[in-house]
Amino acid sequence: MDRLIYLDYAATTPMRPEVLEAMMPYFIEDFGNPSSLYTLGRQARGAVEDARDRIAAFIGANPREIVFTSGGTESDNMAIKGIAFANEKKGNHIITTPIEHHAVLEPCHFLAKRGYEITYLPVDEHGMVDPADVEKAITNKTVLVSIMHANNEVGTIEPLEEIGKITREKGVYLHTDAVQTFGHIPINVNELGVDLLSVSAHKLYGPKGVGVLYIRKGTRMVPTAHGGSQENNRRAGTHNVAGIVGLAKAVEIAEREMVSEAKRLSELRDRLLHGLIEKIPNARLTGHPTKRLPNNASVCLVGAEGEAMLLSLDMEGISLSSGSACTSGTLEPSHVLLAMGIPAEIAHSSLRLTLGDKTTREDVDYVLEILPPIVERLRAMSPLDEAWKGEQ
Amino acid sequence: MYSEKVMEHFRNPRNVGEVKKPDGIGEVGNPVCGDMMRITIKVKDDKIKDIKFKTLGCGAAIATSSMITELAIGKPLKEAEKISRQDIADALDGLPAQKMHCSVLAADGLREAIADYRSKIKK
Repeated sequence: MDRLIYLDYAATTPMRPEVLEAMMPYFIEDFGNPSSLYTLGRQARGAVEDARDRIAAFIGANPREIVFTSGGTESDNMAIKGIAFANEKKGNHIITTPIEHHAVLEPCHFLAKRGYEITYLPVDEHGMVDPADVEKAITNKTVLVSIMHANNEVGTIEPLEEIGKITREKGVYLHTDAVQTFGHIPINVNELGVDLLSVSAHKLYGPKGVGVLYIRKGTRMVPTAHGGSQENNRRAGTHNVAGIVGLAKAVEIAEREMVSEAKRLSELRDRLLHGLIEKIPNARLTGHPTKRLPNNASVCLVGAEGEAMLLSLDMEGISLSSGSACTSGTLEPSHVLLAMGIPAEIAHSSLRLTLGDKTTREDVDYVLEILPPIVERLRAMSPLDEAWKGEQ
Repeated sequence: MYSEKVMEHFRNPRNVGEVKKPDGIGEVGNPVCGDMMRITIKVKDDKIKDIKFKTLGCGAAIATSSMITELAIGKPLKEAEKISRQDIADALDGLPAQKMHCSVLAADGLREAIADYRSKIKK
């Protein structure tokens, strides 16, 4: 394979060399435990606190509101269970959406089995939540609203600011999974009006296995990992010092490059989307046409199955993902696409192309050259030869 | 995840298309499930003289369709209808557990085509 084009940056990103460089001293030389009182420990503590300051400033938070975790999944679990368990006296009602990441949906399912009431708000055909529905769903038993900042499959950016106004007025906590947006579009926790916000380092060229949960001062919650007194008793466990330093370095790079990179990527994304829609009959955009992540191009190429396209593209050196049933290990296509009202037979033909720092215009043009004949070949092999040509 | 053999059949599927004036047609699966297959056969002297497939589905669905056409061609109907999902998977050097239903689809498709042929000659 001569060419390797990675278009799955929403799944994970390669670490930037500067990030690795920043992390290196904390494995062997400065290996101290930040909880130790001697010099070696204090040095490590200093690195963790510097990282905390930088990350807090990046989202308009106070450093004491930053809790380091092992990543997005832990942050989401901690937010949802931590709020639910600490506010049982107030109520047992949680509001979320059907298009959340499994790291939000599964904790909700877990709580539902234990008697909590979960409301799943509807989304429109673009995957957008209507803030008016949030307002209607809130009862005096509601303890938490959890709505993602942007969807990981289709890239739609949710109207969090408006939702935040409602939850503040009603005195209900608002959590957002910002794993796809942190480091990619500007975030200010006060402008968004969120009380909790989940972050993962490996989605912004940082290391895997480290993340953050922002917890607004005064938020009533309990820890989900019990043990030592780290993180002000909010999250026990020895700090992942190198990981935390790496995340802060990735944030430093994002501070510098985020705005110009978002502009560059959104131009490439549009070139890709327009090209696909122009070259492939019955290619459909999924997600919102404008309110979407700068790097997310997701489509349904009706009449060709997602995994078959993915394998064919892989042979040509192109890596991407699909919401087809056959890529998920279950027999159901993407829960996100189904919740958006896309019929299963169309959802099976979904592809998600997510761009990143190494994506060039040549890469985009290569995909536009390679993908249309693949779709044509698979459609020709289908017993439904005519189905894709028009509405079914 | 897939064996080399599965990938080879996915890359170069055998017997794609439809036989002309088929003696039997087997259609299984549906687009809602994501997998759909049409097998057409030509029968002579109670043997499968020609067989072709058209499949909408994942890599395993295409590879199992391709493999069953290879396994079935030239075989007496009585043998062909006995081809099991395990036979197909074995011929492909195995399938991931969650893809075994694709080989079920291929085996069912062929049996349906043979049943269709038999119901037609009875008339």
